[in-house]
Amino acid sequence: MRAKTIDRIATGVIVAVAVLIMAVLASLIGYLLFRGLPHISWHFLTSFPQAIKAGGGIGPQLFNSIFLLVLTMIITIPLGLGAGIYMSEYAKRGPITNFIRLVVEVLSSFPSIVVGLFGLLVIVNTFNLGYSLLSGALALTVFNLPMMVRLTEQSLRSVPQEQKEAGLALGMSRWKTITSVMLPVALPSIVTGTVLAAGRVFGEAAALLFTAGMSSPRLDFTDWNPLHPTSPLNPMRPAETLAVHIWKINSEGLAPDAGEIAAGASAVLVITILLFNLGARWFGRVLYRKLTASK
Amino acid sequence: MNLPASEVRSAPAAKERRIPKHLAEEWRGRTYVYLCVLIMIVTIFSIVYFIASRGLAPFISHGVSVSEMMFGLEWRPDGEPAVFGALPFLFGSFSTSLLAAVIAAPLGLCASLFMTEIMPKLGKTVLQPGIELLAGIPSVVYGFVGLSVIVPFLRDVFPGLGVGVLAGSLVLSIMILPTVTTVSTDALRSLPRGLKEGSMALGATRWQTISRIILPTLLPSLLTGVVLGIARAFGEALAVQMVIGNAPHIPHSLFESAATLTSIITLSMGNTTSGSLHNNALWSLALMLLLMTFVFVFVVRMLERRVKR
Repeated sequence: MRAKTIDRIATGVIVAVAVLIMAVLASLIGYLLFRGLPHISWHFLTSFPQAIKAGGGIGPQLFNSIFLLVLTMIITIPLGLGAGIYMSEYAKRGPITNFIRLVVEVLSSFPSIVVGLFGLLVIVNTFNLGYSLLSGALALTVFNLPMMVRLTEQSLRSVPQEQKEAGLALGMSRWKTITSVMLPVALPSIVTGTVLAAGRVFGEAAALLFTAGMSSPRLDFTDWNPLHPTSPLNPMRPAETLAVHIWKINSEGLAPDAGEIAAGASAVLVITILLFNLGARWFGRVLYRKLTASK
Repeated sequence: MNLPASEVRSAPAAKERRIPKHLAEEWRGRTYVYLCVLIMIVTIFSIVYFIASRGLAPFISHGVSVSEMMFGLEWRPDGEPAVFGALPFLFGSFSTSLLAAVIAAPLGLCASLFMTEIMPKLGKTVLQPGIELLAGIPSVVYGFVGLSVIVPFLRDVFPGLGVGVLAGSLVLSIMILPTVTTVSTDALRSLPRGLKEGSMALGATRWQTISRIILPTLLPSLLTGVVLGIARAFGEALAVQMVIGNAPHIPHSLFESAATLTSIITLSMGNTTSGSLHNNALWSLALMLLLMTFVFVFVVRMLERRVKR
């Protein structure tokens, strides 16, 4: 009888904690939406920020975040796919592979601020790229690459062995088997994981403080020539992203409505990441059905 | 593949060394993947090399002693003479991340037990997506919520300004909860079914099964999750910097303003000139962060080895 009572109490405690966690999550999201949504308008999303007046927007920051994400992905995806293919298909058992595995593990556990500092030292100063979108993208690549490698490796490993063997038995080279038989099968899970990783890149700030910079030039959204210094598309200009902007106005914001701007920008960030999460799952499912002819 | 023998022989006769297409393609692919791996290895070595070369400069060329840096209580970079004691920051980093783990570990354990043992269906459809969402929220957003909810709450309820070690730990504990939960849930799901069924068959209640069979088996995995969480909390910069108050001394209570390695780097790196002693001392702090990362990776590896056995 006592054992049963204890069992009931313990179950109650565990359920209570689970409910508590859900409550914390719900109130967190609810708070962000409740405080942020009233402030979000088309004007807020597209206009320029104001330094000391109220009514500033987050237009350039939003654009910078998206552009930086695209740049980062252009660099990360080919590198990550290559290294992931190596890890799952070409690596032989032995000390070298163990070492590379250790490298991936260490690289993925570096704090993002350390990656940012490395970017400051090497990319910004030594390579002389300055505070720029490109520096930021390279730093984010360091931060994102290990995730991409693991993802590719796991996805390729989950491809049925028979498909690989069938490809090889047809006399295709190993590389051809990987790229035209195994990658299409693995693609849905790679895409899902990549989109989730993109969500993380979108919200990253610490690695960008000292690489992409904390300011934006006055962008001219009518000038789309990537070589002009005020063009939005110029990868060599400093760029403050949305996440960095939230940090900056919270620590040194002078505008009277800094709190509202931070709330609005946080809500935009969280909604975007929510969309990334949902979109990743949906897109992965659709892609899987398309590519494998299964339900 | 099976070219006629005559064709193979005729190739060198034609005086041109033709490489079969599939071999060329294989070599291209192989070179490409080797290059990718090489870039990764070069990156990690240059990170360690560059940060170490700057971080060791105060000890080598400025005559700051290692023990002064590690155990000094005072951080006065502008003083005459300048003093660089990083103990307050080390203390801040360790206390916030350990406290965050103490809060997050039981919560994460309960969440993973809920998802696997108590209500797997509800866990999978509600709690797990929720935890994944929690993992995806950017750290600045946590910082913002900490600053606008937790800090005012602490200020009203407890003495002090609200900012401090406890505020930092609370924010961090929510941030590392997903890490702890995911690792221990994975471990729980991979436990052999026989263990649980055997215990149930002997008439044990669910809690008896959990506390006497499952938890002891789970312990190394749970610890792995906790260490991964501590590592994440230790390196987290902006969320902590926003709520901890940034006062460079060892706090006397949980509600007193403090500073961490990451917060002081974030705040001061932009305001110091490259190459100055102050700047180099900040790189030394970054080097400490880097070394702690290696320690965490090592501990996780040790724990994982125990799980496998």
